[in-house]
Amino acid sequence: MSQVRDNLRGSAAIVGVGQAGLGEAHGRTEMEILAEAAYKAVTDAGLRMSDIDGLCTASVNATMWGLPVSEYLGIRPKMVDNTMLGGSSFVSHMLPAALALNAGICNAVLVCYGSTQRTGTFGRKESGQARRFLDPQPYEYPYEPMMPLSAYALAAARHMHQYGTTREQLAEVAVAARKWAQLNPEAFMRDALSIEEVLKARMVSDPLTVRDCCLITDGAGAYVMVRSDRAKDLAKKPVFMLGNASATWHRQISSMPDLTVTAAKESGERAFAMAGLTPRDINVAELYDAFTINTILFLEDLGFCKKGEGGAFVANGGIAPGGRMAVNTNGGGLSCTHPGMYGMFITIEAVRQLRGECGERQVEGAQTAVVHANGSTLSAQATAVLGTEATL
Amino acid sequence: MADSKSAFQATGPEKVYFEALKTGTFQIQRCNACSKHIFYPRVLCAHCGSPDLSWVKASGSGTVYSTTTTRRKPEAGGDLNVALIDLKEGVRMMSRVDGLAPDHIRIGTAVTARIITEKELPLLVFFPAGGR
Repeated sequence: MSQVRDNLRGSAAIVGVGQAGLGEAHGRTEMEILAEAAYKAVTDAGLRMSDIDGLCTASVNATMWGLPVSEYLGIRPKMVDNTMLGGSSFVSHMLPAALALNAGICNAVLVCYGSTQRTGTFGRKESGQARRFLDPQPYEYPYEPMMPLSAYALAAARHMHQYGTTREQLAEVAVAARKWAQLNPEAFMRDALSIEEVLKARMVSDPLTVRDCCLITDGAGAYVMVRSDRAKDLAKKPVFMLGNASATWHRQISSMPDLTVTAAKESGERAFAMAGLTPRDINVAELYDAFTINTILFLEDLGFCKKGEGGAFVANGGIAPGGRMAVNTNGGGLSCTHPGMYGMFITIEAVRQLRGECGERQVEGAQTAVVHANGSTLSAQATAVLGTEATL
Repeated sequence: MADSKSAFQATGPEKVYFEALKTGTFQIQRCNACSKHIFYPRVLCAHCGSPDLSWVKASGSGTVYSTTTTRRKPEAGGDLNVALIDLKEGVRMMSRVDGLAPDHIRIGTAVTARIITEKELPLLVFFPAGGR
């Protein structure tokens, strides 16, 4: 591990970020908003699209997505990583991007994603139906779970049973996210939200109500990575990859060994080891909150608190603005945006926090951030530890 | 690997499993190399990688590991239980507990397997143990 750490820690940096079509992108395609986000990220870095010679991307629907993206953007990448791990893909992509950069295979990698699942004619519902045929799960589908929601409901129910976690504690996660969203002009839902309102909201898959579930929005995001030596000469303050690791222990929820322990435990340990940091060193945590239980599981599995104590950690505004830890500062997938695969958007938020660009929601003096992303049904986990130049 | 017990057979284990359900048999695989049971059916043991697997009749006895009720509109079929069941053999599967209101099913409840017919296909569900 020490050699991996020495070779990769701080060796590459995110130098540009961009978003487009957040919320509702009426009349626009996934590719159109993806290309706008890509243009913004490349421009933000002070680069041109012709400088991009590496590409990482993934699509919910298109399996060969790297090809149409390259074609549309007019680029000829020397490295394409089309790996599709669900929502964690774009945090996982960071490592192969850094490897390719460090190997000298390419010099500027664009990581990008776009979705119009909310307003598109082939949206979330149609995509889900198609997947039943393209990617069958004959040992789960006959029982008609609402996927992915029921998988997270099963995890929440088990966590409550085993550790006494309460629905009020789950609701704390949603309320904290909303309070952060109220500080973020880009957030989709910014009305006041109370614990009571979360509890009384429509039950969807017990114990999760509609307010325990992420938004379904459109949106596109992109970031650009280069080697660190080059990063320092570009337009914006670079954000360095200090650690990155992915782990997967199962695909189907019925194959998850312990519904209260995710593979974030493994990805987190490896990412922190590469970074040479511990959770105590982290100023901002961006944790993929597709459902309220996620935030609690990831706080535990990444080591911000002990297993079973996540509910107490988030109670009494623990992760809301002014709480014990700044978590999901953009408002999260619960209140800011969630275009199907959300890992891209927490990466962008962490970069903005470390650049000090976050206005009212800025975490004062933030030098380190953890980005933790989740894919499928708690299946694929990816952790990135990011830091400013001061952390190198 | 041309072992007679190998799961690399003309009929794959997925088909074997569902065909057996049609004839009223709930069977799962047991690895001859490491002695562990596996579910869902595969051509390789998920514990040790061996293709040396045998079919054994499942006990059908289990406990509810976790449970949820999907709140569907009445026209979409109404509330439905979805549960994860741990079988005595040490494997877990997704299923449903019938014989109780969907939201009255508790983690830890002892259950027994039964093959029912739904949408003209056999479906393995569970009932509270000791009931009917």
